[in-house]
Amino acid sequence: MPIQTRRGEDGQTLIISIEGRFDFSTHQAFRDAYEHGDEKVRNYVVDLSETTYLDSSALGMLLLLRDYAGGDGARIAIENCNNDVRRILSISNFEQLFAIR
Amino acid sequence: MDESVAESRPLKILIADDSDTDRLILKTLVKRLGHSVFDVSNGAEAVRLFRESDPDIVLLDALMPVMDGMEAARQIKQLAGERMVPLIFLTSLSEAGALARCLEAGGDDFLSKPYNRTIIEAKINAFNRMRLMHQTLSDQRDLIRERNQQLLEEQKVAKRVFDNVAHTGCLDAFNIRYHASPLTIFNGDVLFAAPRPAGGMLIFIGDFTGHGLPAAIGAMPMAEIFYGMACKGFKSADVLREINQKLKQILPTGMFCCAGMIEADFKLDQLRFWNGGLPDGWLIRETGEPQVLPSRHLPLGILAPDQFDAEMETLATRPGDRLLMMTDGFLESRNAQGELFGEAGICRVLEAQGADQHPFDALMGAVHRFRGGDGEGDDLTLCCLEMVDEAGISAIPDRNPPSARPGPTEWHCTYEIRERTLGDFSPLPLLLHICMEVPGLRRKSGEIYTLLAELYNNALEHGVLALPSEWKHSPEGFGRYYEERRRRLTRTEGHYIRFGLHHSMKPSGGRLRVICEDSGPGFAFRDHPMLREDASSGSAARYAGRGLLLLKRLSESVTFHQRGNHVEIVYDWDFSGASSDQTSTNR
Repeated sequence: MPIQTRRGEDGQTLIISIEGRFDFSTHQAFRDAYEHGDEKVRNYVVDLSETTYLDSSALGMLLLLRDYAGGDGARIAIENCNNDVRRILSISNFEQLFAIR
Repeated sequence: MDESVAESRPLKILIADDSDTDRLILKTLVKRLGHSVFDVSNGAEAVRLFRESDPDIVLLDALMPVMDGMEAARQIKQLAGERMVPLIFLTSLSEAGALARCLEAGGDDFLSKPYNRTIIEAKINAFNRMRLMHQTLSDQRDLIRERNQQLLEEQKVAKRVFDNVAHTGCLDAFNIRYHASPLTIFNGDVLFAAPRPAGGMLIFIGDFTGHGLPAAIGAMPMAEIFYGMACKGFKSADVLREINQKLKQILPTGMFCCAGMIEADFKLDQLRFWNGGLPDGWLIRETGEPQVLPSRHLPLGILAPDQFDAEMETLATRPGDRLLMMTDGFLESRNAQGELFGEAGICRVLEAQGADQHPFDALMGAVHRFRGGDGEGDDLTLCCLEMVDEAGISAIPDRNPPSARPGPTEWHCTYEIRERTLGDFSPLPLLLHICMEVPGLRRKSGEIYTLLAELYNNALEHGVLALPSEWKHSPEGFGRYYEERRRRLTRTEGHYIRFGLHHSMKPSGGRLRVICEDSGPGFAFRDHPMLREDASSGSAARYAGRGLLLLKRLSESVTFHQRGNHVEIVYDWDFSGASSDQTSTNR
């Protein structure tokens, strides 16, 4: 599976890992990853350590997650991006919306 | 879906055999299976009957007089064309070569004599299934082809509609070079350019997430806002705010528009620049030296209006400097090996090239060579604006259509903005709008806007904000000037700028008087070299020479009152200008 989820040690963090290309083809799987979570989830981590590529529709999906997680109050971290992925996030200035680590 | 229905339908089967006995046996067998049979005794008859009766399956003896089965098979297959008509040879041959020739002639299978009822039934059913599947596939293919044709037609019409709304504006001006694929809007790219009423230009380049119809629909209000606001003299930051708000309102979450806005002022030799999510813009100095203009903002349509930052970067330029903007289709161009052109490709081209080649040509050439000349999948947009002398640019025609609507001619009004409003609101579009109600002034919108803008900017920057214009003369001072301007705009308490507009008719035309007062300290206008009758050259603390010269050139008179913070200009227009316009449009 290109998208996997697990729960962080605190039990309140949902970690979503994306393997390979993060683009429109993962749209449904990415939504499924967070939409059926339980109410205990307070924080989200999008782990991009295995992500090779990210396109503008993936940026859109991140915005959808942000909306779902409470918009301006959402607590979402994007972690372990490679240089190419990081560059795309920074061109779009997504560090203004997400904690990019 | 209706396969079972089709399968139970009796088939029309053509049998051709010169042996009366064999033919009778086969005919009887097939009829018993519930199909209707046409039978003939040679190949030529088989071809004729095939034409007339349009059978579903053909059973053909290989060896017949007049025309043998092979030749008949060839002609029948040709007549059938794309339609699949299973053709089964009836044969007692067993030599491999002869059997192979039957298939080469167009046969699909054999039935060996003597006949076996079970085998005949099984083969007819099997070939009928294949025939039906072929029919279904052809129907679906035709449907897809037809729908696709329809879609392309619709896109063509939609493109014409789109072009009427989002026309390319002044993209054809001599100082703009651009590349955009013809159906670019369905790739999600947009490129607009408009002249500003007082000279100068606005250019907007955008790239929607997603392709096709949603992008095209989102682009429509964007074009309306851009062109509507540009011609009324709104600042680029205001246009950006308006577009962002509209997109935020209409686009679903997850869809947005990476965009760049360029405001060129040829009079002041300045560029204002905003980049939200597009690849780096590049300012190529006249000398060939490149400067990177990175994206510093989120794309349009993501942030709520109160969080959106439309702050423009201001750059001092010289005629001959060029600004390049592109969409990410440019970076994502791939060569035959699947490698990306990327930012590295852009840097290589722009850093290696000298002042002699136009950077637009250098980039387009490089990406074209990189792709190997294949124009397929062309969804990149590139635009290059060149700074020019103000004099050269006045040739851009004012697109405002002349209006024959009558309007007010005798009126006056006062409009004052004060306190914090000074920091975030420009009254120019509103004032211009009031003046444009006068029919005789409509064709003068550029001049009127220039007058109002000069008065307003001087009142604001040198009056209310008390910024010394000398700062702008050095590169370090230029940055300091705009930094300080931004800072002081947050502290406008107790200040005001008041405009008085008066219009009256004269026998030969009309007169507009504009009085602009501000709460600033004023200046020693009596000593200003530009204001003396023997004025030749020079500059002064309050009015940079250029602005004042412009006011004097455009109007009948410029008069300062009080301590220099009260300016009155008189602008006359006459009917003769109007009537000469009339003849030029009639030509």
